[in-house]
Amino acid sequence: MTITQVPLVDYLVLGDKPHLIANECTKCGARYFDRRNACASCFATDFKKVTIVNEGIVRSFTIVTFAAPGVPVPFVAAIIDCGGTSVRGNLANVDPTPEKVTLGMKVKLTTYSLGADDNGLEAIGFGYEPA
Amino acid sequence: MATDDIYILGIYMTKFGKYPDKDTVDLASEAVIAALADAQVTMKDIGVMAAGCLMGQGGIGQMIQKQVGQTGIPVYNVSNACATGATALRTAIMAIKAGECDMGLAVGVEKLAGVGLLGGGGTPKSKNKEWTPQGRFGSVTNVDGLIGTAAMPGTFAQVGMEYGHKYGGATFELFAKISEKNHAHSTLNPLAAYSKRMSLDEIMNDIMISYPNTRPMCSANCDGAAAAVVVSGAKLKTLSLEQQRRAVKVSASILTSDPYQEACQVLPDVNTLTRIAAKQAYEQAGVSPSDLNLVELHDCFATAELVHYDNLMLCEEGGAVDFFNSGATWRDGSMPVNVSGGLESKGHPIAATGIANIWEVCHHLRGEAGPRQIEGAKVGLAHVIGLGSACGIHILEKSAL
Repeated sequence: MTITQVPLVDYLVLGDKPHLIANECTKCGARYFDRRNACASCFATDFKKVTIVNEGIVRSFTIVTFAAPGVPVPFVAAIIDCGGTSVRGNLANVDPTPEKVTLGMKVKLTTYSLGADDNGLEAIGFGYEPA
Repeated sequence: MATDDIYILGIYMTKFGKYPDKDTVDLASEAVIAALADAQVTMKDIGVMAAGCLMGQGGIGQMIQKQVGQTGIPVYNVSNACATGATALRTAIMAIKAGECDMGLAVGVEKLAGVGLLGGGGTPKSKNKEWTPQGRFGSVTNVDGLIGTAAMPGTFAQVGMEYGHKYGGATFELFAKISEKNHAHSTLNPLAAYSKRMSLDEIMNDIMISYPNTRPMCSANCDGAAAAVVVSGAKLKTLSLEQQRRAVKVSASILTSDPYQEACQVLPDVNTLTRIAAKQAYEQAGVSPSDLNLVELHDCFATAELVHYDNLMLCEEGGAVDFFNSGATWRDGSMPVNVSGGLESKGHPIAATGIANIWEVCHHLRGEAGPRQIEGAKVGLAHVIGLGSACGIHILEKSAL
């Protein structure tokens, strides 16, 4: 079967229950979403894949109304505490206003389509919606 | 004065603003020539030079030398984001401390007028629309705006909001009041890019850039340069009484980078490295925060100023909101912060900023700040932070003469 979907980033795992994964240092437990040569915390070089929980709370946010060319606004950029691992993501399915977005609000992972490329491959992004 | 102490012998900043007819070398040369005149020395006396221009081409130091004096001395071209100016100064100081020479020159310059938003964006990875994973995150397209924001106003907005989440009380109005203070301070600074007083209403109702930062709550992109001549205590003893009287002691010169923190991969941590730098600076200088008469800190956004009250230990941990609300950081308060108008109104020509804030502090310690003089100022602190990250802190003291 040909692949018809690709995640926006390789730390987003698609399928029946989409979720994020991280590279966890086997020595100190520090987690990284990108590929690392060595652990920035303890300098060890062994990592294992771990699953990040889908539920979290908004630890910080900003409502971006002015961005670089090509970046649609407004959007809510946020830092989510997902069971002790900090994640960067946009908030989804919520009005981008300070009345609707609050510090400490509970959110959960959601995915959405970014459209198909010239070869029919569909990219899937992620965000966090009110839980 | 101890022979191994370091002093600012001469210092200068250009007026910050728009210079359509001058290039970076013109602006830097103006600053260097004036700093040398302020120090009453010439390029012949200078043993080392460090220069920075973040957005410019390489070799800015040599380009400046060709306009102010080519003497064959070593040049260090430095780049450290918004801490570039402080890094240049510290490089010159380290050369003197290492005994390589007894006098050094540091200069920072930038042309940023009209540049607009910094950080974020980027060009598409492929002309054809083809989702191909690339880079360390295996991303199929640019993620700015899709996975949070990489632009500076939003990044620093989150820094301030995170403080609010942790300690409470950090409202849109509070951040706007910090900006109101700095714009009020700027009215006394003839070298500021913007020196118009703004009401709280005007600030809150201006264009929203990245909540809670409106446009006047963001640092102003502008052109400018600043330069400083530093000298060893041993050499200063051989100079005139007038030079000794105006010399400002560098009681601490600190540079840190950001140590690993759990969340630093998703939001730059500007707190830990500032707190570490502050602690080292107070120890090196043998002063405590309560000894400071004025502070110039890196208010690249109003949301940043709040957290640095705490990071620089100007208040109790977690107490920055109450500290600001007490009026302490206004120029007539107990701990005047950014009496220059700060980056929000004085402007932020990136590589010049880390020397310009030292110029401001020196100006007060020398008693030469005119209508905005903080009376009797004896000790001041200058702080900058560059994302990535780098933090520079200098503590300065009035001459004993």
